[in-house]
Amino acid sequence: MTKPHPWMANSGGDAKQQMLAAVGAQDVEALFVQVPADHRMQRPLDLPPQLASEVALSRHLDDLMAKNETCADNLSFLGAGAWPHYVPAICDEVVGRYEWQTSVFGAPTSDHGRNQAWFEFTSQIGALVEMDFVGLPVYSWGCAIGHSVRMASRITGRKRVLIPAIMDPERLSVLENYCAPTEMERHIEIVTVAIGADGCIDRDDLRAKADDSIAAIYFETPSYHGVIEGNPAELCQIARDAGAEAIVGVDPLSLGLLEAPGAYGATIAVGPTQPLGVHMYAGGGVGGFIASPDEEKYAREYNTLNVSISQTRQQGEFGFGLTLFHQSSYGMRDEGKDWTGNSVYLWSLANAAYMAAMGPEGFAEIGRLIMARAGSAAQAINALDGASVDLSRPIFKEFVVQFADHDVATINDALRQRGIFGGKDITGEAGITGAAALFCVTETHTPDDIDRLVTALKEVLA
Amino acid sequence: MTAPIKDYLKRSTGFHAARWAEPVVCEMTGTGRRGIVFDDAPAPTLPGTAMRKVAPALPEITEHDALRHYLHLSQMTMGMMGVSLFGTCTMKYNPRIGERAALEHLRNLHPLQDASTLQGVLELYDNFSDFLCEVSGMDQFVFQAGGGADAAYTHACVTRAYHASRGELQQRDQIITTIQTHPCSPATANTAGFEVITLTLEENGYPSLEQLKSVVGPRTAALMVNNPDDMGIYNPDIKEWVRIVHEAGGLCFYDHANFNGVMSRLRARELGFDACMYMLHKTFGAPKGGGGPAVGAYGCAEHLVPFLPSPLVVKDGDSYRLDDDRPDSIGRVREFWGNAPQVLKAYAWARAMGAEGLREAADISVLSNNYMDKRLGEVRGVTRSNPDITVPRMEMTRHSVEKVTQDTGITIFEISIRMTDFGIDALWLSHEPWLVAEPFTPEAGELWSKEDIDYWIDVFEHVVTEAYENPEIVRTAPHNAPIHQLTTALDEPDQWATTWRAYQRKHVS
Ligand SMILES: Cc1ncc(COP(=O)(O)O)c(C=O)c1O
Repeated sequence: MTKPHPWMANSGGDAKQQMLAAVGAQDVEALFVQVPADHRMQRPLDLPPQLASEVALSRHLDDLMAKNETCADNLSFLGAGAWPHYVPAICDEVVGRYEWQTSVFGAPTSDHGRNQAWFEFTSQIGALVEMDFVGLPVYSWGCAIGHSVRMASRITGRKRVLIPAIMDPERLSVLENYCAPTEMERHIEIVTVAIGADGCIDRDDLRAKADDSIAAIYFETPSYHGVIEGNPAELCQIARDAGAEAIVGVDPLSLGLLEAPGAYGATIAVGPTQPLGVHMYAGGGVGGFIASPDEEKYAREYNTLNVSISQTRQQGEFGFGLTLFHQSSYGMRDEGKDWTGNSVYLWSLANAAYMAAMGPEGFAEIGRLIMARAGSAAQAINALDGASVDLSRPIFKEFVVQFADHDVATINDALRQRGIFGGKDITGEAGITGAAALFCVTETHTPDDIDRLVTALKEVLA
Repeated sequence: MTAPIKDYLKRSTGFHAARWAEPVVCEMTGTGRRGIVFDDAPAPTLPGTAMRKVAPALPEITEHDALRHYLHLSQMTMGMMGVSLFGTCTMKYNPRIGERAALEHLRNLHPLQDASTLQGVLELYDNFSDFLCEVSGMDQFVFQAGGGADAAYTHACVTRAYHASRGELQQRDQIITTIQTHPCSPATANTAGFEVITLTLEENGYPSLEQLKSVVGPRTAALMVNNPDDMGIYNPDIKEWVRIVHEAGGLCFYDHANFNGVMSRLRARELGFDACMYMLHKTFGAPKGGGGPAVGAYGCAEHLVPFLPSPLVVKDGDSYRLDDDRPDSIGRVREFWGNAPQVLKAYAWARAMGAEGLREAADISVLSNNYMDKRLGEVRGVTRSNPDITVPRMEMTRHSVEKVTQDTGITIFEISIRMTDFGIDALWLSHEPWLVAEPFTPEAGELWSKEDIDYWIDVFEHVVTEAYENPEIVRTAPHNAPIHQLTTALDEPDQWATTWRAYQRKHVS
């Protein structure tokens, strides 16, 4: 080291000498005697040159990142698990605070503010889904599905789960890992239920499969393809009649308009948290929530950390502490519920600020706006030669576009040349025949943006 | 109060955390105020019973109210605003340059963009994989896992896929770990469907080779261990462990989250391990965020690369692409390809450190820990785990105040809370089960100055003295915090409330 490093106080001055003198060691090497000589690396690390100067580092990062093209420089219609929603400026300010960026566990008294904000995250999710028990977030929506299916399996003692035949392959792949391969004794079998022409779960197929071997039925509304389920209560009823859990995946931004899962008989609700004030971050903004009724049967199966409101020694004062910690992997290692660890808790603070600023009217308004914008885009695209959208499907935010004569890769390449990122190529996925893309339209898309897309598509399809 | 107070401690007795008496945000309803508005759009027609009947019970506050509320809450969070030597977490500076760069450059990227538009971030992944490969001796790193535990889980999934590919998964249904390995290894192994065998500690502070040999066999799927452990003890037999497990056909995973003290001295692959994990939010300077977003960087040797989660960043000539067409891959452990902002922050940290910085950080963290050991050993009633092991510990040490508790009735928990009155966030005590009574585990790392470390120990010593001379002040702490000690029995079903709805139902009506 040629200079004291700005991030290491004791790399400057005589602190090291003082500490060596205090411990009575000749040099630092003497402190590593536990590590046998033949375990040690025999040469210095061969790494790129040190960039200790912030100006040099900043330039390097800028140069590297300049090789990206972003959804801000381009007009993007990609969704499918990471969505382009508006992130209010206050959310960035809130998550940027050094206090809670640097916090770790702490105590309910010393890190009170963060614990309260966590409780406000769970409370507001609870208000949206109308359920009383909400855990701290897990890594993603797919992980929330995985954990909730495993919860259902433990609750019912059954090892089969029904899922829609059309599901986001990203989430499905995560779920498959959570259910373990067939060779394993504790494997949970995944059985798919047919999707009808209307894009919704086929009731007959569901009834035929929902027998007493089923731990849970999982479905989403809106679905992967954006379709709103008209009668979710019926699906939940079928699950409950089979003695199974009704797990519903919801987009929290739809819940100003769409009925809360807790109100139609879902027993576990899961969903993504990224839409609530977190940027896409190349997929690094994702997170997931798990909610249920506040019954011991459910509460005692959560793998998450859980924060509860509490009284304090001071009359009328609130504090917030962990509950049901012991059942976690921290408490019981391999006997605990699945596992927990660092997750996406910082994002839950953005989520809390977002939900608080939105309020009930904000959610209703954004829901209407998204439906209107997505609906108008779907209509305009459907009017083009060579592209079609099934307009009979009630959709929220995302919809499938079928292309008659071109493959999606060709179309998207041509759109990209016009500064547009087209929808996700879903050609070849379950439930899709021919060339198709999943387009996502949100409150961030203006009518002009949609016109621009339609004009470009028209050229490309011509 | 007669405990000796050092001069600068005296200054800090004036510390008091912000106390804003901030209401729970859910209480702020029914005002008709708005925090965010959107353009009007007509009410849609929704199918069947899809329409929501009752509006969600959310706050109605202005944008300013929302901002002020959450900033007040941030001010009532100590985090690293004081001194935090929270063990097993390697408290580092979280450089703001990484934060700014992530926000500026990554926030508007979509993971499904065409690879041609993602060249910067893919190059970042490739560069950082190379960097970590040099550091560990592995051949490939991936960043999909959303935390250290998720990387352990990734390993459990890779283990399944590896043995399945050899037709041995049914036979190999056991994973071996040790009681001093972080709980995430046994927990994820269990979740992945394996039976977990946990080895116990023996007199040297780690399990003996004999104990290992007694459980290794044809059912062994993998070994999952960390080394050194969080008592600062290094298992010198680890190479032999790896050899024994390999001989039996199992894989070896090194949870290298306790890497700080051995950076540039130990490479997981050179010890024989097939795979390892680094926590970017711990050893590599990305923020902890109170619990993520995090990254467990999972690295492995060539023979496990086919099983790694997809998509994998691949370099083709001068450009990069995401390869999702990998038939042996375990698929996803989490959607997309990881917490890119944290990868960028960790990469920025690592580049700013360079090889010499990593060595310096390791040296300082082990030196500082031994300095702490020395000083803590002089504090009345303090002992350390495995007192017979007198060689210097690695980057952290497990200590105990059992004697203080016996003498005064004051527990380590109470001491920890009292220390927050001096601007020191609560201590890391120990994972469950407690192998040492009344434990605590500080880890100095390389960030903190000797003065910070001295301050921490002075406060600790001061509080222990209080325990002997004025235990009431310790027992009733905190005195300078935003709130007072919690009193509700939070593990009682009729008391806990994880949402405002539940609180109102259980405690108000
Ligand atoms: C040694 C070790 N392994 C694994 C973990 C788990 O990491 P995470 O909380 O990111 O899941 C930790 C946590 O600090 C750790 O100390």
